[in-house]
Amino acid sequence: MSTQADTLSLFDGRILSRAARDAFVKLNPLTLMRNPVIFFTEVVSALVSVLGVADAVSGRPAGFELAIALFLWLTVLFATFAEAVAEGRGRARAESLRRTRTETIAKKLADPKDRRRYTKIPATELRAGDVVLVEAGDLIPSDGDVIEGMASVNESAITGESAPVIREAGGDRSAVTGGTLVVSDWLVVRITAEPGSTFLDRMIRLVEGAERRKTPNEIALDILLAGLTLIFLIAVVTLVGLAHYSGTMIPVPVLVALLVCLIPTTIGGLLSAIGIAGMDRLVRFNVLATSGRAVEAAGDVDTLLLDKTGTITFGNRMAAAFIPAPGIGERRLAEAAVRASLGDETPEGRSILAFARDRYGIVPETMKGGTVVPFTAQTRLSGLDAEGHQWRKGAVDSVLAWLGETNPPAAFTAAVERIARAGGTPLAVAEDKTLLGVIELKDIVKPSIRERFAALRRMGIRTVMVTGDNRLTAAAIASEAGVDDFIAEATPQDKLAYIRRVQAEGRLVAMTGDGTNDAPALAQADVGVAMQSGTQAAREAANMVDLDSDPTKLIEIVEIGKQLLITRGALTTFSIANDVSKYFAILPAIFVTSYPELAALNVMRLTSPQSAIMSAVIFNAIIIVLLVPLALRGVRFKPIGAAQLLRRNLLLYGVGGVIAPFIGIKLIDLALTLLGLV
Amino acid sequence: MTAGGLAEITLFLVLSVLLAWPFGLWIARVAEGGPTPLDPLLRPIERGIYRLSGIDPSAGMGWQAYTLSLLALNVLHFLLLYLMLRLQYYLPLNPDHLAGMSPRLAFNTAMSFVTNTNWQAYSGETTLSPGSQMWGLTSHMFVSAATGIAAALAFIRALRQNAVAELGNFWADLTRITLYVLLPVAVVGGLLLVALGVPQTLATHADATTLEGAHQTISLGPVAFMEVIKELGTNGGGYFNANSAHPFENPSALTSLIETFLIIFIPFALTFTFGRMVGAPRQGYALLAVSLVFIVASLAAVLSAEAHGNPLLTALGVDPHLGDMEGKEVRFGITLSSLFAVITTATSCGAVNAMLDSFMPLSGMVPMFLIQLGEIVPGGVGSGLYGLLVFALLAVFVAGLMVGRTPEYLGKKIQAREVKLAMLAVLILPLSILGGAALSAVLPQALAALGNAGPHGLSELLYAYTSATGNNGSAFAGLSADTPWFDTTIGIAMLLGRYAFLVPVMAIAGSLAAKVKLPPSAGTFPTDGPLFVGLLVGVIIILGGLQFMPALSLGPLAEHFVMLAGKTF
Repeated sequence: MSTQADTLSLFDGRILSRAARDAFVKLNPLTLMRNPVIFFTEVVSALVSVLGVADAVSGRPAGFELAIALFLWLTVLFATFAEAVAEGRGRARAESLRRTRTETIAKKLADPKDRRRYTKIPATELRAGDVVLVEAGDLIPSDGDVIEGMASVNESAITGESAPVIREAGGDRSAVTGGTLVVSDWLVVRITAEPGSTFLDRMIRLVEGAERRKTPNEIALDILLAGLTLIFLIAVVTLVGLAHYSGTMIPVPVLVALLVCLIPTTIGGLLSAIGIAGMDRLVRFNVLATSGRAVEAAGDVDTLLLDKTGTITFGNRMAAAFIPAPGIGERRLAEAAVRASLGDETPEGRSILAFARDRYGIVPETMKGGTVVPFTAQTRLSGLDAEGHQWRKGAVDSVLAWLGETNPPAAFTAAVERIARAGGTPLAVAEDKTLLGVIELKDIVKPSIRERFAALRRMGIRTVMVTGDNRLTAAAIASEAGVDDFIAEATPQDKLAYIRRVQAEGRLVAMTGDGTNDAPALAQADVGVAMQSGTQAAREAANMVDLDSDPTKLIEIVEIGKQLLITRGALTTFSIANDVSKYFAILPAIFVTSYPELAALNVMRLTSPQSAIMSAVIFNAIIIVLLVPLALRGVRFKPIGAAQLLRRNLLLYGVGGVIAPFIGIKLIDLALTLLGLV
Repeated sequence: MTAGGLAEITLFLVLSVLLAWPFGLWIARVAEGGPTPLDPLLRPIERGIYRLSGIDPSAGMGWQAYTLSLLALNVLHFLLLYLMLRLQYYLPLNPDHLAGMSPRLAFNTAMSFVTNTNWQAYSGETTLSPGSQMWGLTSHMFVSAATGIAAALAFIRALRQNAVAELGNFWADLTRITLYVLLPVAVVGGLLLVALGVPQTLATHADATTLEGAHQTISLGPVAFMEVIKELGTNGGGYFNANSAHPFENPSALTSLIETFLIIFIPFALTFTFGRMVGAPRQGYALLAVSLVFIVASLAAVLSAEAHGNPLLTALGVDPHLGDMEGKEVRFGITLSSLFAVITTATSCGAVNAMLDSFMPLSGMVPMFLIQLGEIVPGGVGSGLYGLLVFALLAVFVAGLMVGRTPEYLGKKIQAREVKLAMLAVLILPLSILGGAALSAVLPQALAALGNAGPHGLSELLYAYTSATGNNGSAFAGLSADTPWFDTTIGIAMLLGRYAFLVPVMAIAGSLAAKVKLPPSAGTFPTDGPLFVGLLVGVIIILGGLQFMPALSLGPLAEHFVMLAGKTF
């Protein structure tokens, strides 16, 4: 989709200014309660602020307290800002969608059989079950199924693809979407959506994040973070008693500073932004997920059900070999095939010319005075009559009938049967009553697909090819493409049964589908991706819709899911690893009055107790902002095995998470010292 | 620290692992009810026990039934032991007519032995009769050890099986572990100790006349067999107050090595049991490796701190050559004392052959930190393994996402319920340890019991609640623990440390057991290599240890740096 969402830079000025405003709105404790760590930070920030103000009012020195309070508030604000930026990117996209949802007038038919009598009503008053007429130049008023007629429809408002598509009654191309434009002809549409719940409405709500619910993994992570907060709360509260024994009274703002530095504010602040950004990456990829849960499941998927046609193979049959009859040269067969195919404008016919040129360097010469015999569905032959010769090529029985041959050579028959068994199409070639041989047409596997599947296998994902071909054909293509398994002669029931079986083994399955009879399997699959071009039933059953209707995308969807999970894991690890340094910064500072000797633990050689505490608090706040781009863009993903991924990420975010704050806190301390602030 | 000492420790660790290996596989076989060479001898006894108590050993139990059986048995044993200690005066085998314990001391002691802690607020030889030591304490050392192992086996089964809610039969597990695992080793080990000079007699004392003609009464008793289960079951409660520093509990360097080995034997073995039972030996090696990392690092820290002696004493002209020998037995020296201290706290044993209170501040901190980690590296018999597995779940949960899948351990998805229960369990440690220590640090009646001022006094307080919550039972002995405040609160800490941890863990087992076991693939988070070992070590330190840093800074760390500055209290 070439809307502005694509081109939005990470830090588009409009989004940032709106997000800065929203960050304050999100401080509302009632909404912030959804995020336990940041909510807790807000509560203690308020506490320190009150103490600071009270001291200031009563004339006690309060500068240090107020400075701590300021950065605690910034910690909270940076967290809400991160979420607001993530939402802003979705909102920009939603606004561009909303612009297409202009007030449409619908032509409601009183009698579906009679197209001439209609009343004009606003589209918003349409209910499910109403029947409307849409003519060339009209916007389709709401989602529905075509019950009569055939028309070309421009769906660019939804898909971004400007080439019109055909929508017609019956079959798998009967679904139309509100807001799309009929370019030619007319349609009679039965409305299927209630007002406010059309595909476009759902899409807007999704990208805006209005329907965002926490995913199961986010809920579990929230519990972990809340638990850690509680543990550190215990550690800091009990410290009051232990320090009292040691003859120190630690001021409350300092205790709060220690606590906030220890609790996982970084991941707590970025968690929802990461989730929203993951959905947003899918949207920019022109895939709509109905929930964050579906994106998470995509990362977990370990079995992909891929339709053969269009995903694994190009989908149309192409020349793959010339097999001459006994006593005939291969080149003679090829030349004859080229001449006989001059009159064949079908893709198969053109593929014969291309194959002969690539393999034998045969360029069709122009024959003087020749007569081209075009291919027709009746004769199932094409050919050329020239220079006193006749060449014919076509379906085997048609060519044999043309030859008057009833008893072809055994080798020829064997070749024909072999090709047919392997799922290919044999075409016979004849020249002047002589049978020359057979052309093998077959479905060609996409050139790079084998490497793709190998990469998936390294990631632990099994690929399963689904095809209507017979077992032998399917097996041949499966081994050529390098899939792990296949379902031959697949009916929708077979797909459903297969999904249930592998799910019972504990696997998670993703599939694509477009037809109504795919709906049960789409619903059963853990990730079901419906094609936008598919039927309403398929789109309802799926938990994702691909607006480009490109079944190959399933692979990228899985990668986006994984990237989301990796980003979440990396920042969680980083956040928790950060704690080590904070102890070394703050503990010597707060115990300095009881035990000046504990300054030995001040390994960073921070200037003073105040600067140590301030530096840790400041680092803790700005690290959130520094990590916003990573949270939104996502950690770079490579399709490698889990062990390598773990090694790389653990080094980067685990070990890095231990080391980085030592450097950061020291730099902030140096800056504060240079500026003479402490 | 000499080269000989280093070789001694290396050899000890290598031999321990090599002996634990086959024993772990043996435990796995016992757990699975498989045939053993001991069947002709023990099977009739086992069947007799089942018949007498009406147990159907093949009846599977869900986690609730398993946990309830476990708790019911423990409650019963607590009451039984409490009554025994209170009514000691009227019970047989009390030749010295020792009086019963006070209610609060009996509560503390009964709790201590039922929870596998063996915190001793009493002095064994002067408070308890041979009968109480044998029937009361020694029998509970078997029961509490078998309870821990049974719970660990249930947890392993939860990880092993595919969507089966049952975790085994608690009564059968308890019976088989006692008969086939604990008793055979206890019999052999007990006889070995007797042969090496540990007394086993019903006489309560020997009268002796010294060379100077002075008269001495030397306490005796059925020591050897109590000694062996004290170590084997990571219990730690000695017959004598001086525990394994007493020459009748631990007469020689050789017995000290044997006793240290007995402590680590089952905790090490259970990692092999785990690997065998889940069908992936490398998974067990990883857990063993994590434990070894902590043990080796702790040994290095303790030995280096002990070897150089106390700088303040050196300054006074004491020869630092032998290291810090205060509170140590000459027959053990620095090496065997340090080894014992690390092993007894890396497991939840709590037996001691040297006084931890006299260790250097840093080497006293290491045992304390090992307990604070939750007694999981490798921890007490059974309880250590399930504790370590809880941290493995947390490690996988935190970092597992980094492979691009929602986290799973051994094919079991870790979701909100497991995380909630794991955090609930892990929360108990700081709550009970830091909460107990902080309250005591401000209560005058608690402070009155301290033997030392300054940071060392705080260490004693912190250590008491650490030891009780970790169900270790060892002490920084400077604390006079038999006071109403400490008897009660330490008793509660032991209770929390055992059951408030165990119940959520069993609930996790129940939840995991019922889940589908996902087949491993190249996309699965690997939990059996050095990478995972490193991760788990890091997670244990950061999630399990760092919250104790502030407290430790005010205790042993402060004491250390203050001592370096030449100050004492």
